[in-house]
Amino acid sequence: MIRGWLAVAVFAGLVAMLAFGLTRDPSRVSSPLIGLPVPAFQAERLASADEHFDSTALRGEWSLLNVWASWCTTCLEEHELLMRLSQQLALYGINHRDTRDEARNWLQVYGNPYRASAFDEYGEVGIELGVYKVPETFLLDPDGVIRYKHVGALDEEAYQEQILARIREGRP
Amino acid sequence: MIPELGHFALVLACVLAGLQAFLPGWGTQRGNPTWMRSASSLALGQGLLVLLAYLALTWAFIEHDFSVRYVANNSNTELPLAYRISGVWGGHEGSLLLWSLVLSGWTVAVVALSRRLPMLFRARVLAVLGFVSLGFLAFMLATSNPFDRLIPAAMQGRDLNPLLQDPGLVIHPPMLYMGYVGFAVAFAFAIAALWGGQLHAAWARWTRPWVTAAWMFLTLGIGLGSWWAYHELGWGGWWFWDPVENASFMPWLVGTALIHSLAVTEKRNTFKRWTVLLALLAFSLSLLGTFLVRSGVLVSVHAFANDPARGVYILGFLALVVGGGLILYAMRAHRIESSGHFELLSRETLLLFNNVFLLIATFAILLGTLYPLIVDVLGLPSMSVGPPYFNLVFLPLMLPLLFLAAVGPVSRWKKTRARELLRRLQVPLVLALAIGTAVPWAAFGSTSALVLAGTMLGVWCISGPLVALWRQFSRMRRGTSAGYSLRHLPRHMVGMTCAHAGLGVIALGIAFTTAFSMERELVMNEGDSVAFAEHEFVFRGVQEVDGPNYRAQQGHLSVYRDGEPIVDLRPEKRTYLVQSSPMTEAAIYSTVWRDVYAALGVAQPGGGWGVRLYVKPFIQWLWGGALLMAFGGLLALSDRRYRYRRKRRRT
Amino acid sequence: MKRATAWGFCLLFAGSACLAVDEAADERYRNLLYELRCLVCQNQSLADSDAELAGDLRRRVQDLIDQGMSDKEIIAHLQARYGDFILYRPPLAWRTAALWASPFVLLALTAWLLLRRIRRGHARASGSLSDVERERLKDVLKRGSD
Repeated sequence: MIRGWLAVAVFAGLVAMLAFGLTRDPSRVSSPLIGLPVPAFQAERLASADEHFDSTALRGEWSLLNVWASWCTTCLEEHELLMRLSQQLALYGINHRDTRDEARNWLQVYGNPYRASAFDEYGEVGIELGVYKVPETFLLDPDGVIRYKHVGALDEEAYQEQILARIREGRP
Repeated sequence: MIPELGHFALVLACVLAGLQAFLPGWGTQRGNPTWMRSASSLALGQGLLVLLAYLALTWAFIEHDFSVRYVANNSNTELPLAYRISGVWGGHEGSLLLWSLVLSGWTVAVVALSRRLPMLFRARVLAVLGFVSLGFLAFMLATSNPFDRLIPAAMQGRDLNPLLQDPGLVIHPPMLYMGYVGFAVAFAFAIAALWGGQLHAAWARWTRPWVTAAWMFLTLGIGLGSWWAYHELGWGGWWFWDPVENASFMPWLVGTALIHSLAVTEKRNTFKRWTVLLALLAFSLSLLGTFLVRSGVLVSVHAFANDPARGVYILGFLALVVGGGLILYAMRAHRIESSGHFELLSRETLLLFNNVFLLIATFAILLGTLYPLIVDVLGLPSMSVGPPYFNLVFLPLMLPLLFLAAVGPVSRWKKTRARELLRRLQVPLVLALAIGTAVPWAAFGSTSALVLAGTMLGVWCISGPLVALWRQFSRMRRGTSAGYSLRHLPRHMVGMTCAHAGLGVIALGIAFTTAFSMERELVMNEGDSVAFAEHEFVFRGVQEVDGPNYRAQQGHLSVYRDGEPIVDLRPEKRTYLVQSSPMTEAAIYSTVWRDVYAALGVAQPGGGWGVRLYVKPFIQWLWGGALLMAFGGLLALSDRRYRYRRKRRRT
Repeated sequence: MKRATAWGFCLLFAGSACLAVDEAADERYRNLLYELRCLVCQNQSLADSDAELAGDLRRRVQDLIDQGMSDKEIIAHLQARYGDFILYRPPLAWRTAALWASPFVLLALTAWLLLRRIRRGHARASGSLSDVERERLKDVLKRGSD
C-alpha cells in the first residue's frame, strides 16, 4: 500500500502549503518593477505648475519615492516616520489623484517631508509605477533602480528590516 | 437569558458529540452493545440541543437583542422579518451554527432511516458523524461563539450585509450546506467500511440514497447561488469562478463522479476501492471549501471576517479528518476486493471515463484556485487565475462528458457492441445534427463552432437517455397497459434521464447565452430611447423610492418588442441606511426564450444616468436545467428499492 | 447507413472540439476589460469595478486602443506595470506551465493507462483498476501541492 501512503504524504504537503498560505496576505501584489530603473515620467510639481518633476533625475543617492494623498487616512499613520526620515534620506512624493489646494494645505498642516512632490492629478504617474493602494513607498538606489516597494503605511519595523537593511547592503 | 440558554445548549451538544464520537466506537472495539447502541440517543439529544441553540439565536435576531455581538453586527431594527430569520446565517458564527444544525439533521436522519444496518457498522457511522460534529461545535465554542455578549449592548445593529438581503440568499445557504454537509454521511459510511476492513455488496446500496440526496441539495444550492449572483451583482453574469463558487463546485463534481461509480459498485461489485476513495474525497473537498472560504488564504467575494486563529483551527481539523481518513484508507484498502469483469466497450468503461473527466475537471479547478498560493510559496511574482483559464480548461473536459452522457445509458454492462450502440444512437444523432445546425441559424441567423457544439451536444445529451428510457418503456408495455408501464418505469432510470436531460438543457442555455447575449452600456436622459437586440428601450426617468431600510433611486424603462410594449423595468440603485454602500438592484424580465435585464448606474455629471442593458437569450435554461437535475435526484431517491426496504422494516 | 452514422459521430465531435472565438472589432475594449483584474476590488474585472483605479485603467486602455496598439501590446503594457496579477488569463510561461498543461497531461496519461489495463486483462480481477486510480489520485494531489 505504498501508493496509499504516498497519497497521505501528498495531502500533508497540501496542508503544509495551506498553512503557509495562512501567514500571507493574498491581496498583496508583488511589483514587476523591482530591479528595474524607475520608469521615466514627467509631471508638474505640486508646488508650482511651471516646474517639472523628472523621475530620471532621481539618482546619485539612495532615495524614497512615496505615493500619498490628502484624502488618504493611512498616509497619516506613516507621516511622522516620514518626517523623521526626511532628515536622513532623500524623500520625494507623488501626490496621487488630489487637488493642488487640498494637498498643499495638508502639507502645511502636517508638515512637508518631501524634497519635492510630483502632482499626479489623474493617476497617470500612478499607473506607470503600478500603484494600487495608497500609500506606497519605493526605494531607489543611486542608479535610480527600484530596489523595494512597500504597500500600505510604512512603519519602523519595515523601515529597519526592508529599507535600511538594503541600503546598508548596497554600501559595503 | 435566552442567548445564555442557547450557549449552554451548544456546550451540552458539544459534550454529547464528544460522547457520540468515542463511546460507540469504543463499544465496537470492546464488543459492548450498550455503548454501541448509545450512539442513537446521543445523536438525537445532540440534534435537539443544536436545534435549541439555533432557535435561541433566531429568537435574538427576531427580538433585536443587540446585547448579542453577532446580532448587533448582522441585524438592525429596520431589517424586515424574513431577513432577520435568514440573517442568522449571514455571518461567520451563525453560518457555522447552521452547518452544525444541518449536520445534526443528517445524523438524525441516519439514526431514523438505517435501523436495519448491522449494529457494528451503524455505531461506527454515527461515531464518525459525531466526531465531525464535535470538531465544528468545539470550533464554534472556541473561536466563533455566536452567543458572545456585547456589553454594554449596542443601541442599534450594524445591519445585515446588503448583498445578502435578497430572496435568493434566504434559501441558498441552507441548500448548499445540506449538500456539502450531506457528503459527511457518505464519508462516515466509507470510514465505517474501512474501519471494519470489509465492504460487502450491500454497502453501495446503503450509501447510494445518501449521496443522491446530498448531491440533489448541492445542485439546488449551487443553482440558487448562481441565480443570486445574476440578480444581485448587477453585471449580468451567472458564474464567476470565484474561489467560493469553486469551493462548492468541486464537491459537486466529485459527488457526481461518486454517484456514477456507486452505480457500478452496486450493480457490478467492482470499482470498490475507487468508490470508497471518492466518498472520502467528496467530503474532504467540502471541508477544504470551508477552509478556503473562512480562512482568508484566498481573495474572494465572500468576505467572512478573517481571523487567523480560525484558519489554523479549520486547517488542523481538516488535516485530522481527511488525513485520518486517508491513512485508514492506506492501511485498509487492500482488504477490499473487487470482482466483475468487463470489456473495453462496456458501461463500466464509459462510467470510468465519466469519472476521469469529472475528476480531472475537479483537479483543474483546484489547481487554478490554489495556483496563486503555490506561486507565492515558491516566491514567484503574484498572479491571478481567472475565468479565462477556467473556461478554457473546463470546457474541453466537459464536452466529452456531455458526449458520454448519451452513450452510457444506452450501453450494456460487461460488454456492449459498437453496432448496437450506433443503432440505438441513430435518433439522438440525427436530432443533434438537425437541431444543432438549424436552430442557431433560424433563431439567431448565425452560428459558431461553440454554439454548434453546445447545441448538438445539448440535444444529444437530452435525447440519448430518453431513447434508453423509451426502450425500457416499450419492453414493459408488451405485457401491460401504457399507463401502468409509465407508472412503473424504474424510478432511478427516470431520475437518471431527468438529470442527464438537465445537463443537456444547461448546455443549450450556456451555448446560446454565451454566444448571443447583447450588452449596452450608455448614458440616457429622460425620454431617450435606444434600440438593440430587437428591443427598444425608452428611459422614463428616475425617482426616489424608500424601502424599509434603504433609499433607492429607481429608474424606469419601458421596453418594446416589435413595437409592442412588453414590460416596464424598474432597476434600482439602493443605498442601505446603515452600511451606506450603494447596491445595484437589477430589473429583469424573464421569459423562456430570453431575459431582458436592466441595471441602473450612477448619475452623470453632465445630466442623464448610466444604464446597463442586456438581452440574454436562453439564460433561464441554466437554472431550469439545474432544477431538472435536482428533480432527477429526487426521482432516483423515490426508487422502489429504497421504499421496499422501508416497508420491510416496518413489519 | 453505418458509415453515415460513423461520419455523423466524427462531425459531432469535430464540431465540439474546436472552439472559435468570434470577436467583433467594436467589442475589443470590453473584451479586454473583462480579461483584466482590478487591483483594488480584487474579485472584479476592470469592466465591473467601480474603484477609481479601475476608472484610470479603463481610460488608459481606451487611450492605448486609440493609439493603435494591438491587444497583445496593451496587455504587455499593463503587465509591465502591474505584473501577472492584472491578467485574469495567466500568460503562457514556465511558471504557468504546470497550470496550463497538467490537467491535459494528466488526462492523456490516465486515459492511456486505463485503456491499457482494461484491454490487457479485461480488468481481470480486483487490484488492477483501483491501482491505476490510486496512481491518478496521487498525481492529482501531488500536482495540487507543488
